[in-house]
Amino acid sequence: MTNSQETLEGPLAPRQTRLQEFWRLFRQNRLAILGLVFFVLFFITALTGLILTSGHDPLFDPALIRLQEKLLPPFSRPNPNTLSPDEFPTLGLYLLGTENLGRDGFARMLQGAWVSLTVGFVAVGISLLVGIFMGGIAGHFGQNHIRVGDILLACLLLAGGLFIVIGYVYPGFIIIAIALVCAIGRLTSRINPTSIWSAIVNRAAISVDTLIMRIVDIMLCFPSFFLILTVVALLPASIYNIMIVIGLTSWMGATRFVRAEFLSLREQDFVTAARALGVRNFRIIFRHMMPNAIAPVLVSATIGIATAILTEAGLSFLGFGVPPPHATWGNILSDGKRFIFDAPWLTFVPGIAILIVVLSFNLFGEGLRDALNPKLRER
Amino acid sequence: MSAGSAKASLGNDQVTLKVEGLKKYFPVHRGFLQRVSGWVKAVDGVDFEVLQGKTLGLVGESGCGKSTVARLILRLLEPDGGRVIYRGSDITRLSEKEMKPLRKEMQIVFQDPFGSLNPRMTVGQSIEEGLRILGMPRPQRKERTRELLEMVGISGSNADRYPHEFSGGQRQRIGVARALSVEPSLIICDEPISALDVSIQAQIINLLEDLREQLGLSYIFISHDLNVVSYLSDRVAVMYLGHIMEYASADELFENPLHPYTLALLSAVPVAKPGQDVEIKSLGGDVPSPLDPPPGCKFQGRGPLVEERCRLEEVDFWEPGGGHQVRCWKVGEG
Repeated sequence: MTNSQETLEGPLAPRQTRLQEFWRLFRQNRLAILGLVFFVLFFITALTGLILTSGHDPLFDPALIRLQEKLLPPFSRPNPNTLSPDEFPTLGLYLLGTENLGRDGFARMLQGAWVSLTVGFVAVGISLLVGIFMGGIAGHFGQNHIRVGDILLACLLLAGGLFIVIGYVYPGFIIIAIALVCAIGRLTSRINPTSIWSAIVNRAAISVDTLIMRIVDIMLCFPSFFLILTVVALLPASIYNIMIVIGLTSWMGATRFVRAEFLSLREQDFVTAARALGVRNFRIIFRHMMPNAIAPVLVSATIGIATAILTEAGLSFLGFGVPPPHATWGNILSDGKRFIFDAPWLTFVPGIAILIVVLSFNLFGEGLRDALNPKLRER
Repeated sequence: MSAGSAKASLGNDQVTLKVEGLKKYFPVHRGFLQRVSGWVKAVDGVDFEVLQGKTLGLVGESGCGKSTVARLILRLLEPDGGRVIYRGSDITRLSEKEMKPLRKEMQIVFQDPFGSLNPRMTVGQSIEEGLRILGMPRPQRKERTRELLEMVGISGSNADRYPHEFSGGQRQRIGVARALSVEPSLIICDEPISALDVSIQAQIINLLEDLREQLGLSYIFISHDLNVVSYLSDRVAVMYLGHIMEYASADELFENPLHPYTLALLSAVPVAKPGQDVEIKSLGGDVPSPLDPPPGCKFQGRGPLVEERCRLEEVDFWEPGGGHQVRCWKVGEG
């Protein structure tokens, strides 16, 4: 079937994918390009650092103690007379000096880079998962109401769980069993819909949106660094706990972004059109709305990685971070501060490394934000 | 009211869609506790019907509830009263699941060609969403997408381009192609041309006309442009503040308009004859707030002849014959 009266038309705009358009805008921002370069360099350094410093007999051994070579400045050569051949550094010199136990500063920085990278990415990954999930629910299903009955049920389940945790196992199980019976009763609507009980239980208490956003507000009220300190002090010291804790205390920004995007996308015509076509809710959320909501979240995630790296360094500096002997930039800094006048390179090297990485992530993130800003695009 | 419109069914034409006493009230929340302080009566008892292969024009000023009617018919909003009857079956109370097969039957084309296509999907993918719903296997979808694009006058090789590469008129065509993808029998055009240049408007109107002839579609054509409506429509309903004020066949309405609101709308249409003086019958007063509309006739205070009775009584339709309905008793009594 062809249209009789009109010729077929092609588009007027030159062919340009969104990626090309993005790159054209991004390229104009010199600082952002610089940020991207350091981002990539940091990535490569951390990866090669992991390969070179781990394993049974690593090329650069960050844990090898050479007490006779301690506190040497950068670029100093080792003394071959006092070292056995296995102890001799691979490069033939200490690129970034040695610390108070004579461990090679360069090897330790390489090892620490991987910690910073994984903490940054995993913590932000966790916070994005939680944030996108919560924000998506608040934005898309926010107008649904939680009923009084749901809250009572949740309280019962929580109380039961608490009883079990503190040791009263039997009362706990009984409370949970009661809660489950009530839940089944509600789901199968055994309660007489005209009774006063039903009126109380089915009363709308709070909207999902209000609940989630108030939780976000409460979480934002905590000074999160001290919250992390408390939690980390209670948990066994491990790098995974730190990633999880940082992730679980930094999801609020992503939630707000995703919610705001969803609220505006929900009213857009293309979402209405998808609904009118009969596209399933799940597909509308993940295929039609999420790709349009993700850009500002990615921007904040890039800056979030910088914050997470900084938080990890701060924790390690205070001694709550990754346990020694594993080196991180934070604990290298912390170990170095006692010798700041005798061996300033021990504090300056990790300090400047943290500065450069955090700054480059921030610059890159801001460049991303500018390039993804629809107001800067031509239609 | 609904009895009135039922009588107006014309001859033996098949009725595709019938709307009876459709109502939608939006709650207004105020204060700290967000209590409901009032209701905006966006659509307050609307009746009309669309015949197979015909076009119903829905005319009215901004905010009179035209688009709300469109969304109510498509069940994108839940009506608060009245019935939507598609091919004899009431679809007003169907669940989302029961509604799904009927979604294919009714589609919508939007006003804003920039917001109606997903910017992260190629236009082909947007159209394929409809083909997925039809359950068409993947290899055939590409072929059908090309066909649909060519049906609306866009070269099929552009299926893998993104919406931002197209002009407004082209995007509107793509929007039409997406609506056609599920092979509907009724398309609601919600001001499809008012965001386009005049030269492009004509193309889209011709496209819609051609498609109606080729595919036997019915349209509900929502617009505030009376010229376009008079060209496209078979019947016209004039809406004001959630009510239908006048409902007649297009020829009858434009030759013999009766309601003062219709007269005012018609006098505002520009006439392409330079030098000819046209008396514009501008209306006095303002549109009353739909939040708290006055009792009696919704048009009181704006019409030329207002009496005590206009302020007190709800006005019912008066029928001068030939399927013409007017909601003004002054007209009925001469």
